[in-house]
Amino acid sequence: MSWILGALVFWAAMWAVNVKLSKGPKTRLISLVVPTIFGITLLVLWECMVRGLNISPVLLPAPSAIAVRFANSLPILWVDFVQTFMKGALSGYIIGCGAAFLTAIAVDRSPFLQRGLLPVGNFVAALPIVGMAPILVMWFGFDWQSKAAVVVVMVFFPMLVNTVEGLKASDHMQRDLMQTYGASYFQGLTKLRLPAAMPFIFNGLKICSTLALIGAIVAEFFGSPIKGMGFRISTEVGRLALDMVWAEITVAALAGSAFYGAVALIEKGVTFWHPSQR
Amino acid sequence: MKSFAPVLTVVGAIFVIWYGAAVVLNSAWAYDKAKRADVTLSFSEMVTDTWSQEKPLLPAPHQVVKEIYKTTVLKKITSKRSLIWHGWITLSATLLGFAMGTGFGILLAVGIVHSRAMDMSVMPWVIASQTIPILAVAPMIIVVLNAVGISGLLPKAFISMYLSFFPVVVGMVKGLRSPDAMQLDQMRTWSALKPTMFWKLRLPSSMPYLFPSLKIAMAASLVGAIVGELPTGAVAGLGARLLAGSYYGQTIQIWSALISAAVLAAALVALIGLLQNITLKRMGMLR
Repeated sequence: MSWILGALVFWAAMWAVNVKLSKGPKTRLISLVVPTIFGITLLVLWECMVRGLNISPVLLPAPSAIAVRFANSLPILWVDFVQTFMKGALSGYIIGCGAAFLTAIAVDRSPFLQRGLLPVGNFVAALPIVGMAPILVMWFGFDWQSKAAVVVVMVFFPMLVNTVEGLKASDHMQRDLMQTYGASYFQGLTKLRLPAAMPFIFNGLKICSTLALIGAIVAEFFGSPIKGMGFRISTEVGRLALDMVWAEITVAALAGSAFYGAVALIEKGVTFWHPSQR
Repeated sequence: MKSFAPVLTVVGAIFVIWYGAAVVLNSAWAYDKAKRADVTLSFSEMVTDTWSQEKPLLPAPHQVVKEIYKTTVLKKITSKRSLIWHGWITLSATLLGFAMGTGFGILLAVGIVHSRAMDMSVMPWVIASQTIPILAVAPMIIVVLNAVGISGLLPKAFISMYLSFFPVVVGMVKGLRSPDAMQLDQMRTWSALKPTMFWKLRLPSSMPYLFPSLKIAMAASLVGAIVGELPTGAVAGLGARLLAGSYYGQTIQIWSALISAAVLAAALVALIGLLQNITLKRMGMLR
């Protein structure tokens, strides 16, 4: 009982702190501190609830138990991370996004193809593509190649749609200006339209970064060698070793956030001129 | 209508590639069969064989269509082999999850717009929540909720909800903030209270933002429901058909489940598009 009471008091106190902080001037430090406090509050709340209500570790392990398990099984987690993220997700992401980018450039000169591809691409981007996973696992075998293939299929269309959309982003006046300079098609493309497309391209890259990790993990449910995050999650769930599952989730969350953060950082450097970055 | 011909061309090209790929992928098996039967295949014989195998690597479109016809029209709806029955199970989980996700998302957005503390502390975590590959965690959620005694529709709906609340939050926060300072000041000069301002100004002006979010949420919700069906041991639903198909090498079954999921997604998104048109037209927002 005291655990629960303590949790509620802690929650109320931290919320009061946050309300007070957010009333003040919005500096960089404060907009970092406030969400951190909220996150810590959630963790404390979770820990206290698990202890106070005596929730079985089979259902929901406490954060402390997960942290201990995480620290104790670093080698396994690293092997899984390399298998799923480095080999599966990252290679698929690069191939898929690269192929989509090149396709977008290829159809760029034909408005006819663009008008046809955009609706179809939008349609396919909304489809449950993860469903392709069993088929691709059947085609490419159990190892990381099939995971990369799933990722390629998943990221291709969102990336294609965003790039095609982006290549249209420069306005008429700017394109006319390029023409008065006597710029060739490729000069216009590299000097004006690709830079103008960058915000859209990075939007696509960001969306795809989360899709890639999901695709790689889900594909492992349909068959994989005895390593990999998806494999580990599905087998450890079967053994009811939930602390290990949560440790894998932590790895996935960290990897996903870091991936997204890295793309966002590159975006900041490339599209420094865009209003949303200033 | 201007884009009708191009779309048709692209779709046609996809079909051509599909048939071609079926020939390439399935030809090995066709030659293998012929070799064992000691006959030599002519090219046209090989092609017809690749398009009519029972367990092809890639089934030809007409095989998939035939399978879908067989499992929807020719089977009773209550039969466990009926795709409509499986589709309905997936659909109900999708809709429940979508409703919960939309409700939760709108509530969260209202809180974020009205409370600065909530905006600053919750919003970053809402965004961070989506970098966690929730689909990967789906099996655990299903198994755990099963252990607590919650089974059937709800666990799947929870996964759908987690996937679908995010676009709604982002869209609604943007939408509820879309009235400009002049409009807000006008409301203030009428000494409108916060609830009045919400119902009469903020909510109506958020509608154009709500519907596109709903479309994304619906598509995500369907994906969630399908993945949620994978770990339950392939009992029922389109996801279960996928898993069972992959266990037994029934490629035609996998493809028919996949295509029906696609049709379902397209229909649901189109339905929201229709609602959007009607609503915005009646509100006078459609240009």
